[in-house]
Amino acid sequence: MQKLQIIQDRVARQVMFALAAFAGLIVFLMAFGLFVRSRPILESFPLFELLSSSSWHPLKGEFGLFPFLLGTLWVTGVSIVVAVPFSLLCAIHLSEYATRRICEWVKPLIDLLAGIPSVVYGICGVLIIVPLIKNHLAPLFGTFSTGYTVLAGGLVLAVMVFPIIIHVALEVFSSVPYEVREASLALGATKWQTVKLVVLRKAMPGIIAAIVLGISRAFGETMAVLMVAGNVARVPKSVFDPAYPLPALIANNYGEMMSVPLYDSALLLASLVLLLVVVFFNILSRFVLIHVEKGIQ
Amino acid sequence: MENHTHIRVRELSVYYGREQALKNISVDIPEKRITAIIGPSGCGKTTLLKSFNRLIDSIDGVRVSGEISMNGDNIFNPKIDVTLLRKKMGLLSQRPHPLPMSIYDNVAYGPRIHGIRKKRKLDQIVEHYLKESSLWEEVRDRLHTPASGLSVGQQQRLCLARGLAVEPEIILGDEPTSALDPTASQRIEEKFLQLKARYTIVVVTHILRQAVRLADYVVFLYLGELIEHGPAEEVFKSPKKELTQGYIKGVIV
Repeated sequence: MQKLQIIQDRVARQVMFALAAFAGLIVFLMAFGLFVRSRPILESFPLFELLSSSSWHPLKGEFGLFPFLLGTLWVTGVSIVVAVPFSLLCAIHLSEYATRRICEWVKPLIDLLAGIPSVVYGICGVLIIVPLIKNHLAPLFGTFSTGYTVLAGGLVLAVMVFPIIIHVALEVFSSVPYEVREASLALGATKWQTVKLVVLRKAMPGIIAAIVLGISRAFGETMAVLMVAGNVARVPKSVFDPAYPLPALIANNYGEMMSVPLYDSALLLASLVLLLVVVFFNILSRFVLIHVEKGIQ
Repeated sequence: MENHTHIRVRELSVYYGREQALKNISVDIPEKRITAIIGPSGCGKTTLLKSFNRLIDSIDGVRVSGEISMNGDNIFNPKIDVTLLRKKMGLLSQRPHPLPMSIYDNVAYGPRIHGIRKKRKLDQIVEHYLKESSLWEEVRDRLHTPASGLSVGQQQRLCLARGLAVEPEIILGDEPTSALDPTASQRIEEKFLQLKARYTIVVVTHILRQAVRLADYVVFLYLGELIEHGPAEEVFKSPKKELTQGYIKGVIV
């Protein structure tokens, strides 16, 4: 009897260890798999050329990923520029000013935003944001636009990124001890001074983490962006130009025209690049966090 | 020296939701004396203290009735500027909570908020109040390092310097030595005894011996009610109420 339990204990421990190790390994396995499958194209063209060339003509054997890289950067950039101030101010309001009753109502609603399928965001984008840009915003700036633009992608993404940043920022704000706020208030600081000089400062590493999480989400988001960004393989020059982000490229084309030589390898290279960019951002955020934590406290 | 009243409390009641934390308190806090608020935990000591600088305002569902006046002005008057009121009182909390910035910036925080910008003036203020709280010698070489690197005892003296730097009239201490070791506690107590020449000091404490060592005037609260108050000597030597006698003997804890 005793022995059986010991065996159970040992087996359970090893199984759990194996599972944990496997979970940790998945990233490497995926990166490795993508690398192996993108070898053919890497052997045919130098990596630098693939990443910096703007001509994407698979039938002619040209696989320049530059427009897609920039498309991703533009759309993500717009979404972050819009989402960060909005969601931070919203989080500040909820954590510092709103009464508990308002919080109890609003927080679940915001978390609900995160659970809405991205197709729904895409549809809303097509029905609301695209016409808004086409009929109102673009004429306002004196240009013509179909509405399917970097801006549309960025705005839809921004709405999708809100709940992530707000949620994490709220957690971070609630981890700032109430007594630190009290110390500032007791010195005669106003609420806004306290938020600005003490709470935000104390919460800065966490806020950066929240933003980076938002960026990672925006980078990888596929469906909603694909539906509104226009998907034209050209480098965007303004927010009113269409863009073709990496995830949209992969989702739109993988599985089609696979008879074109090197095509599937090119798409897998695009996936690998996407994966590496997200990993890079995560590592970057770690460094920023460590740096910021040393600076303040 | 004659005793002037600095803070006058009349029929003060504080409710948290349905619960009444303070019941009809009336007491006079004398100027330039140390007043100790004593009583078992949960009796409303901290609530009374935080009513003085209206930090209880920010608690959800709090209701206040009655009056507190400082130098004759009712502090619950909606027209008064709360930030100015709070500037008149330095607060020392149970555990030191340095602001997330350097030692220098902690002390300069209050003065900066109240409009002092000149570097030389700020330098002077920082040095002066760090000396006032006997911290200068220990930190003069690392003024620009994070305040969180100090020991807890040093942090509490830093918080004292930070509070004094806004030039308050009153120092409020909410069990200010409860997180400190005996030596550090002693330093704070010594500081209080020096400072009472210039400041009115109100200390919440659950350490009776500390009250005996420090207090000129004692306020004894029990379950939100004011049981007894008076000059320390009278209250400690010949308490009038049975509850006070019991508490002082250590029967009610």
